[in-house]
Amino acid sequence: MSEGVEKRWNFVVVVDNEPGVLSGISGMFSARGYNIDSLTVCSVDNDHSCSRMNIVTRADERLARQIMAQIKRLIPVRRVDILEDGREGFVAKEVALVRVVSEGANRREALRIATIFDAKASDTTLTSFVFVVQGGSGKVDAFVSLMRSLGEVEVARSGVVAIHRGSEIPGM
Amino acid sequence: MSGPRKMKGAEIVLSVLKERGVEVVFGYPGGAVLPIYDEIFGDNNLRHVLVRHEQGALHAAEGYAKSTGKVGVALVTSGPGATNAVTGLTDALMDSVPLLCLSGQVPTHLIGTDAFQECDTCGITRPCTKYNVLVKDVDKLAETLHDAFDIALSKRPGPVLVDIPKDVQFAEGIYKGEGERTSRVAGRGLEVDRGLVDEAVRLIRKSRKPVVYGGGGLVSGGDRAKHELRRFVELTSFPTTLTLMGLGVLPASHPLFLGMLGMHGTYEANMAMHDCDLMLAFGSRFDDRVTGRLDAFSPDSKKVHVDVDASSINKNVLVDVGIEGEVGEVLGLINDALEEEGLDRGLIRGWLNEVEMWRSRNSLGYKRDGELIKPQYAVERLYALSRDRETYITTEVGQHQMWAAQHYPFEEPRRWLTSGGLGTMGFGFPAALGAQMAHPDALVVDIAGESSFMMVLQELSTAKQYGLPVKILILNNEYLGMVRQWQELLHGGRYSESYCSSLPDFVKLAESFGGLGLRAKKPSEVDGVIKEMIETDNVVIADICIDPNENCFPMIPSGAAHNEMIFGDGEAEISEEGRRLV
Ligand SMILES: Cc1ncc(C[n+]2csc(CCOP(=O)(O)OP(=O)(O)O)c2C)c(N)n1
Ligand SMILES: [Mg+2]
Repeated sequence: MSEGVEKRWNFVVVVDNEPGVLSGISGMFSARGYNIDSLTVCSVDNDHSCSRMNIVTRADERLARQIMAQIKRLIPVRRVDILEDGREGFVAKEVALVRVVSEGANRREALRIATIFDAKASDTTLTSFVFVVQGGSGKVDAFVSLMRSLGEVEVARSGVVAIHRGSEIPGM
Repeated sequence: MSGPRKMKGAEIVLSVLKERGVEVVFGYPGGAVLPIYDEIFGDNNLRHVLVRHEQGALHAAEGYAKSTGKVGVALVTSGPGATNAVTGLTDALMDSVPLLCLSGQVPTHLIGTDAFQECDTCGITRPCTKYNVLVKDVDKLAETLHDAFDIALSKRPGPVLVDIPKDVQFAEGIYKGEGERTSRVAGRGLEVDRGLVDEAVRLIRKSRKPVVYGGGGLVSGGDRAKHELRRFVELTSFPTTLTLMGLGVLPASHPLFLGMLGMHGTYEANMAMHDCDLMLAFGSRFDDRVTGRLDAFSPDSKKVHVDVDASSINKNVLVDVGIEGEVGEVLGLINDALEEEGLDRGLIRGWLNEVEMWRSRNSLGYKRDGELIKPQYAVERLYALSRDRETYITTEVGQHQMWAAQHYPFEEPRRWLTSGGLGTMGFGFPAALGAQMAHPDALVVDIAGESSFMMVLQELSTAKQYGLPVKILILNNEYLGMVRQWQELLHGGRYSESYCSSLPDFVKLAESFGGLGLRAKKPSEVDGVIKEMIETDNVVIADICIDPNENCFPMIPSGAAHNEMIFGDGEAEISEEGRRLV
């Protein structure tokens, strides 16, 4: 099946907010052998009647279309958008909390790099920082990897959330 | 009516069923569904069939649904009742059968406490239903049940499970009629892409070697799909093959019908699929039993695929034109265009000759025997002796199933009820009970293997209790025949655990349940037994003792291509790779 070039795809899925929906979608992914790089879900409307999920997966184009069709088939799914990584039409961001434990020169370097990445220190002790960094996955990856070379690191990442650019808002 | 109608949850359940035209429920009681059973007790307008195992309830509901096109309804209790339903739900999901399974659940305040007979029914059945839901609020019950019917029937049909805690069955809630709510699947209709239809028509008009490959979607598509397929074949004279699930959509007697295709399909069907220049997949899904080795699958053809389920398009086989839509509607558009634009039938004259040459290979032929009953012969005789009646054939799974598909021709859809996708031994007998409930005056025959029948034979008791004169024609080879065949062809004749010794005496078995048992041991006895079976107004087991070593041919071994079939008279050569496939 996966003969084409593998890319990252971001699925934005709007679902009815009811028990078992997350399990239905993640279960479909595992049952069919699709991978999930990241998955986020939160209710985003006023009356909490629907939730918005972001699912990042790696697949060639044909498989990505198949995954799209499989998601659409699930009854609680209202809408699916497929966003191809590297395309311009949408904004995709994630947030990471990065705790780095270091002293001396490494500690000063950590703070300097954080400034370059526009990461804020949310917690500070004499031997550690918790930085909040946000941006594209590549930027977050780079920040984490730099911090790893400066000390012991613990990372919490939100996973990707994405939205289309422009002035047109689709209905639910 | 003034004001909202209030009633008990259990009453709501029955009211929705009746509003939706349900005539019969197949079920088995238990603690968590007692309030619903109490309602059934006082009701003369809804029939209930007490099965002997919940698997039987689901398959019976499938038999009802497959033979009518309506939603089949099953009712099971919580815990073991629900887990016993899993096989039937999965079977229905694979074969797109519209079902509603109602399950009882422990009272809401006990959910999550490992209460007696509690299980996570929705969790367990999520991957084997089209949709499932736990109803905690009695005011949502009516709406949810109406939605369940809509969902089961919409687009590609399938099973829906509604899990109802016992306290919700007791609680008073508001009843809503079908028209008093907006359907969950309303507005999810499909807009057919006319550009793609034009593209398909263009390919159809210039093809020199076309083949129609129709599937179960043409059956689910109802009268419209059947009518438009038949119209298409008349308009084009394209040779047509059908999958196991599609049999009957084009009459088997039609001169352009090539027979079934796939692993045990005919030579002409599989060769036409392999050599065609245009493949028209209508409501079929490129199952591995149909395609054989994918990289050698119909290498030189353009492929058009029409299916109501977008996820079936380009899933296993990449097609040139994929049209998402109700297959009858799309075919109608194609037919209208063809009628308007015309078609040069001369283009395919050479191809039709080629197809006739393949047909003359007579790939379903078998050697007759004076002493041993050949299973193919038994099926042929059943056909000859039942063809003038309204007959429904169900099957179990194994060699007998394939012999039935090959040798019992169907002129209409919904007369052939078999488990295709899941291949469930034990499907046929309870499915026959469901079909007989729906068609009380018809002849319903389960063409069975002895081993499959052993999985569900307790339903003889159901047949007797409800006076369902179902016929079980056992092609008894005392083997897990299909397993034995694979062991012969793929494992050097090492018959590991495929011999079934210590079988019951099926004649006495039938008698012990109050039915009639018959037996044929020689070809000369077959007609007599089948005639008596058909004429008897009671449940009958006809134990046909067949040649135990007969294999089912032709066969495309797993891992082989369509043009690499083996025949009963040929040597089998199966690749190492093929042995690893299922
Ligand atoms: C529930 C289930 N278990 C196992 C199988 C695997 N299987 C397929 S055919 C077969 C043998 C069936 O034997 P029988 O019913 O006697 O039919 P025959 O092939 O002999 O005609 C088996 C075990 C299955 N299809 N279903
Ligand atoms: Mg057998």
